[in-house]
Amino acid sequence: MFERFLQWLESTAPAIAISESSWLFPGIESVHVLGIAMVVGSITMVDLRLLNLNLRDRPVGELIAETLPWTWTAFGVAVCSGALMFSSNATHYWGTVPFRAKMLLLTLAGINMMAFHATIHRSVDNWGRRPSTPWAAKLCGGISLGLWVGVVLLGRWIGFV
Amino acid sequence: MLDDFIQWLGATPISLRIQEVFWIIPTVQAVHILAISVVLASMAMFDLRLLGFAGNRNSIASLSRRFMPWVWGALIVLAASGCILIIGEPKRSLGNVVFQLKMCMLATAIAATLGFQSVLKRDLAGGAADLAPAHAAVAKITGLLSLVLWVGIAVAGRLIAYTS
Repeated sequence: MFERFLQWLESTAPAIAISESSWLFPGIESVHVLGIAMVVGSITMVDLRLLNLNLRDRPVGELIAETLPWTWTAFGVAVCSGALMFSSNATHYWGTVPFRAKMLLLTLAGINMMAFHATIHRSVDNWGRRPSTPWAAKLCGGISLGLWVGVVLLGRWIGFV
Repeated sequence: MLDDFIQWLGATPISLRIQEVFWIIPTVQAVHILAISVVLASMAMFDLRLLGFAGNRNSIASLSRRFMPWVWGALIVLAASGCILIIGEPKRSLGNVVFQLKMCMLATAIAATLGFQSVLKRDLAGGAADLAPAHAAVAKITGLLSLVLWVGIAVAGRLIAYTS
């Protein structure tokens, strides 16, 4: 069933255009790298603040509110460009270990983010102005940083298998 | 001349080692991308402030203090990981037109940033609280130039893999 979906995906007009063109894939990949760079860069700023390692004079709530729109915009760009690249050779990518592992880490990063927002972030007004952050915030920041490093590593690995 | 150097570099023991061990190139490329994430995001925040599009509540001087150490730190990681990639694949990089273009853009971006930092430093040394209003146009030009160049550098970096 899912195999058939992947085959259908590969047979769509954009997917065929990408796999047949010599410049479309590199072009989309460049956009993907730009998107990922902005996602990871902006998330790293917040994670490092949660870990107490930089921007200690900035209120956490403010920092998150300021960076989040950039993160989501860039994430949208990365998802769209990533989906286009995936469609051009869907059955191949789906069968590779780094692709599956990357999707797993992305899911975990999403769960970690939701857990952060559902718990410790609720009281950010109480602790966000202090230079030092509570352990739960440090934990979420550390997990997020580790997961995103893994996402980039696995993403680069997809191109080598 | 360049061809001779590429050939010599590609035959050095360290280059051969990098070529032989399958995980070195992908891992170093991933480190390289992580470092460019830090540079791009920090530079973009600063450049957008110079252009007046974001973070206008903060002074240019305070954003410079906040972001520039990360830019320079990540640039060192970029240069180090970039050198490993060049040593491992000298022909793919040094002999590539897109790579050469990327290095020109990089040099221009660094020169523009250093130039702007020295203008800012002089204004602050002169007792101003922030960049002097007389230099507003310099800030806008530097911000736009730097933003365009860094996007170009990242794109060119990826395109090296597809050109020769």
